[in-house]
Formats: sequence, structure tokens, C-alpha cells
Amino acid sequence: MNARAEVAETDRAPGSHRSGRDRIQSYTLGLGLAVLLTAASFAASSSSFVWGPSIPVLLAVLAIAQMGVHLVFFLHISTAPDSTNNVLSLAFGVFVVGLVIFGSMIIMSNLNHNMLPMDQLMDMQRQR
Amino acid sequence: MNTIVDVASAEMSTGVPLSERGPAPARVVAAFGFWLFLLSDIIIFSALFAAYAVLGGQTNGGPSAIELFDKRQVVLETGCLLASSFTCGMMMIATDRREAALTYLWALVTAALGIVFLCLEFSEFARMVHQGAGPTRSAFLSAFFTLVGTHGAHVTAGIAWLTIMTAQVGTLGFRPMVIRRIVCFSLFWHALDIVWIGVFTVVYLGAYS
Repeated sequence: MNARAEVAETDRAPGSHRSGRDRIQSYTLGLGLAVLLTAASFAASSSSFVWGPSIPVLLAVLAIAQMGVHLVFFLHISTAPDSTNNVLSLAFGVFVVGLVIFGSMIIMSNLNHNMLPMDQLMDMQRQR
Repeated sequence: MNTIVDVASAEMSTGVPLSERGPAPARVVAAFGFWLFLLSDIIIFSALFAAYAVLGGQTNGGPSAIELFDKRQVVLETGCLLASSFTCGMMMIATDRREAALTYLWALVTAALGIVFLCLEFSEFARMVHQGAGPTRSAFLSAFFTLVGTHGAHVTAGIAWLTIMTAQVGTLGFRPMVIRRIVCFSLFWHALDIVWIGVFTVVYLGAYS
């Protein structure tokens, strides 16, 4: 039973079901990381320090990292057995979100690309 | 019990095989159900993000994103939401310790930060509409007001929910049912913060990069 308690103790997300001080520390750590990543995002968006065209990629990386920090430190997503279903459904949610966002963007840019410029379209309609 | 410990990793963590464990505790089940709701909510937001990503450049001769947004205000809004996520966590710890006074205090701070966020957002919307950049001006502005407005509506609902939970702690005390609801509220509040990360990255910072 002792071994069981130890495994359960190390298998938890930061901040879930531990002593109060540990939990406060993990929330503080999460807040610190989140503030750091947010500040980096805002600094990166208008800096000339980073090569211009790479800024959107950098912002995306920082945002995904911050979402990960929030999931682990605030929403307590972990590898614990209690959390298995949550992780699986999160994976499915991320998949659907990716389909919706990137699918829409690809389809719409493809349509834009294949559409005649507006003045030519008007000409064709007049000729009919 | 010792004979089955070394069968699989899932069994090692509790010592009991999955088939013999019985139903999960209500705390875990309630949190999982609410987690599914949050994921479906995030899929709604993903559709709005997709609309914004597609329509963001369609200004129809109207003002563009970079002319409209005030970065300092966005920093303040983000700070409010981040701080309120932290105070929401503190409220959760106070609830788990059954400390009513601390729970009220942190709930008050959380709600106050949420209200400051809403005021900032509302003043931004009012300024934009006053400048003639309302949601009817262009496809870009329609997408902007829908996305950011939906997030604001969620924050409003969250503050109402938090008020109700504070009242329930006062009238019903720390019953398991009330605590489950507070856990669900904190999940909701943290998930809204995750959506806001997407909003400030895509909408506000996307305009400056």
C-alpha cells in the first residue's frame, strides 16, 4: 500500500490534491510562466529584433506554449489515471479545432485563388 | 492484491485492475462531463476563429485592424484575465480547505478582475462604434465583434455563475455538490483564459506583426 501511495503522489498534475503550500507554489509558478510567455508575445509582436516574416510563427509557438502551461498548471491535465479520459477527449478536441480552422483557411484561400478578379467578373456578366 | 500489481501500468497506480474498480468518484465524473462541454465550447470558438482568419483582411475600405486596436488596453485586459485565473486557483485551494472567508475573498477578487476586463472591453467596443467601426462596417469588423464579443459573453456568464456559487457556499455550505460546482466553475474560468490567449495572439498581435 505504501508503494501505491507513492505512485499516486508522483503521478499527479502540478497542484492537484497536494498540500496547500505546494499547490499555491504550483499556481504561482504557472502564473509566472504565463506572464513571461505573454510578455514575450507582446514584445515579439512589435520588435525589430526578430526577422519580420518569422514573427507570426514565433507568436504561434508562444501561444501554444502558454496554452500548455495553462492546461498543466491551471486545468491540471496530467498522465494520472483519473485524467486519461480528459487527455483523450482533449486530443480529439484539438483534432476537430485544427480541422475547422485550417480546413476553412485552406478552402477559402483556394477559392480566393481560383476566383476571377472582380472587374473581369463584371465584364463577363455584361457580355451575357 | 499483491499478486496482480505487476500486470499492467494502469493497475500499478491503484493496485486494483480496471474491471474491479467500480464507478469513478462523482468528483472525477462531474469534472470529465464538464470538460467535454468545455471542449465543445472551444470548438464553437474555433469556428469563430476560422471566420476571423478568413475575413480579417476584408475591410471593405473601412479601418483595418492596425488602425483600430490599442495595444496598451489589450495588455491590461490580458493582465486582468491572467491574474483572475490565479485568484480563481487560490479560491479553489481555500474551498478544498473549507475556509469560507478566504473563499469569499478570492471569489470577490476574481469577479472584480473579470468586471475590470469587461469594462475595458466594453470601452474598446464603444470607442470603435463611435469611430464608425461598428460590426456592420465590414466583414472584418463583423468577425471581430462576434469572436471577441462571444468571449466577453462567456466572461459575463462566468461572473454570474461565480456570484451564484458564492451565494450557495453561504446558504448550503461546503457540500460535495457545491464543491463539484465550484470545481466546474474554475475549469470554465481557466478555459476562458486559454481562449483569450488565442484572441490576443490572432486578433490583436496578428495585426501588429
